[in-house]
Amino acid sequence: MQNMRDIQRRIGSVKNTQKITRAMKMVAAAKLKNAQDRAEDARPFFNKTVEVLRGVFTRTRETSHPLLAEREGGRHLVIVITGDRGLCGAYNHKVIDIAEEILEEEEEVSLMVLGRKARDYFRRRETDIMAEYIQLDDYPGYGFANNLADEIIHHFRAEDVNKVSMIYTHFNSAISQTVKTMQLLPVEKFNKAEEDSIAVEEQAEQMDAETAGEEAKSKKYVDYIFEPSPAEVFDNILPQYLINVIYSALLESKASEFGARMTAMDSATDNANEMIDKLTLKYNRARQAEITKEITEIVGGAEALK
Amino acid sequence: MAAAPKIQFEVVTPQKLVYSEKIDKLEAPAIDGLIGIWPKHAPLVTAMKIGVVRVVKDGEESQIAISEGFMEVQPDKINLVVRTAELPDQIDIDRAKSAKERAEERLEKERDNIDFARAEASYDRALARLKAAGHQDHGYDRL
Repeated sequence: MQNMRDIQRRIGSVKNTQKITRAMKMVAAAKLKNAQDRAEDARPFFNKTVEVLRGVFTRTRETSHPLLAEREGGRHLVIVITGDRGLCGAYNHKVIDIAEEILEEEEEVSLMVLGRKARDYFRRRETDIMAEYIQLDDYPGYGFANNLADEIIHHFRAEDVNKVSMIYTHFNSAISQTVKTMQLLPVEKFNKAEEDSIAVEEQAEQMDAETAGEEAKSKKYVDYIFEPSPAEVFDNILPQYLINVIYSALLESKASEFGARMTAMDSATDNANEMIDKLTLKYNRARQAEITKEITEIVGGAEALK
Repeated sequence: MAAAPKIQFEVVTPQKLVYSEKIDKLEAPAIDGLIGIWPKHAPLVTAMKIGVVRVVKDGEESQIAISEGFMEVQPDKINLVVRTAELPDQIDIDRAKSAKERAEERLEKERDNIDFARAEASYDRALARLKAAGHQDHGYDRL
């Protein structure tokens, strides 16, 4: 049986840890509320951006813009979005694992890491890091997304890299987040399935269902008018597409981080409770044993005196 | 007489869906100048600059102050995706006024560095807000 004082000390330390995890859980919950609102408010914006622009690129034959250029082979720039801090379950590692997969599959990969966790991890492994950003804002601004977009556009135009993708975490709910990979450059066209799902959505929006099918088909190729010219329009809207998409990904990732941290800290607090219960039981047993021992000794002593 | 044709018009920003109505027509500031859209317009894509969108719905005109973004037009639908968009009653006039003064000061000082472009953009944004809010002394010929 463990010494009573040892057990008491352990109970004390578990209680202290529990105070910390409980506080962290509450902080994460408060921040989650705000981050979640932002991420969810930005979703229609993100969806519209993707729907409109990729729709335009898919349906137009105008593809001569430098940012749409598909070049064979070359370097692949991967943007990895993680948090600055740990204690948020598998949040950071799920993202890092996907990045590792890409690193294993492809030869020439450079990383742009966001968040201290990804930076430290890939620094230790001496992966090629092209740029790093740490101490990210809890509520990322549009300006930051703007800078990131400028930087990747610069590298893509200079042909340092021939492909740019981004790994981020999509926020489903406080207890469920999905890691997603998205190709940023060259801008991907819709594949068949996505095209259909949007056509269906558009159909549902239209009152007159019979002609909708035909319209959806004819939308496959629309000769858009580009005002004033395709080159100028793409010069303006492609960077905006990137900024919007990166901005949304930053918001989603932050909301996910807080969600993951809240869940992790919640279960840590529960585990601490369980542990305290077990230790208290152990402590009571030890105390009982001690008392029994003392009584036996006293009785034994009295017997001996007779 | 048949009802006048309408066109669905949506304005989206990172904060929210600002506007979603069936409208008669609109006039918006594209990068190469004002552009007017009526229902059944040919498919069109253009980039927007900071300015004021004038929307006519059921014969009544309303104004929306917008900043950079882009617009996709389809015969039955207009999608306007911009960084900020405000209806007149959402505009903080005092804030826009002081932003305009700040930007004016900076425009005086920083003739040729990178901040000039920023100051100019914030000047334009302030002007667009004041104009949409129906303010008179906004020196609006810039937009």
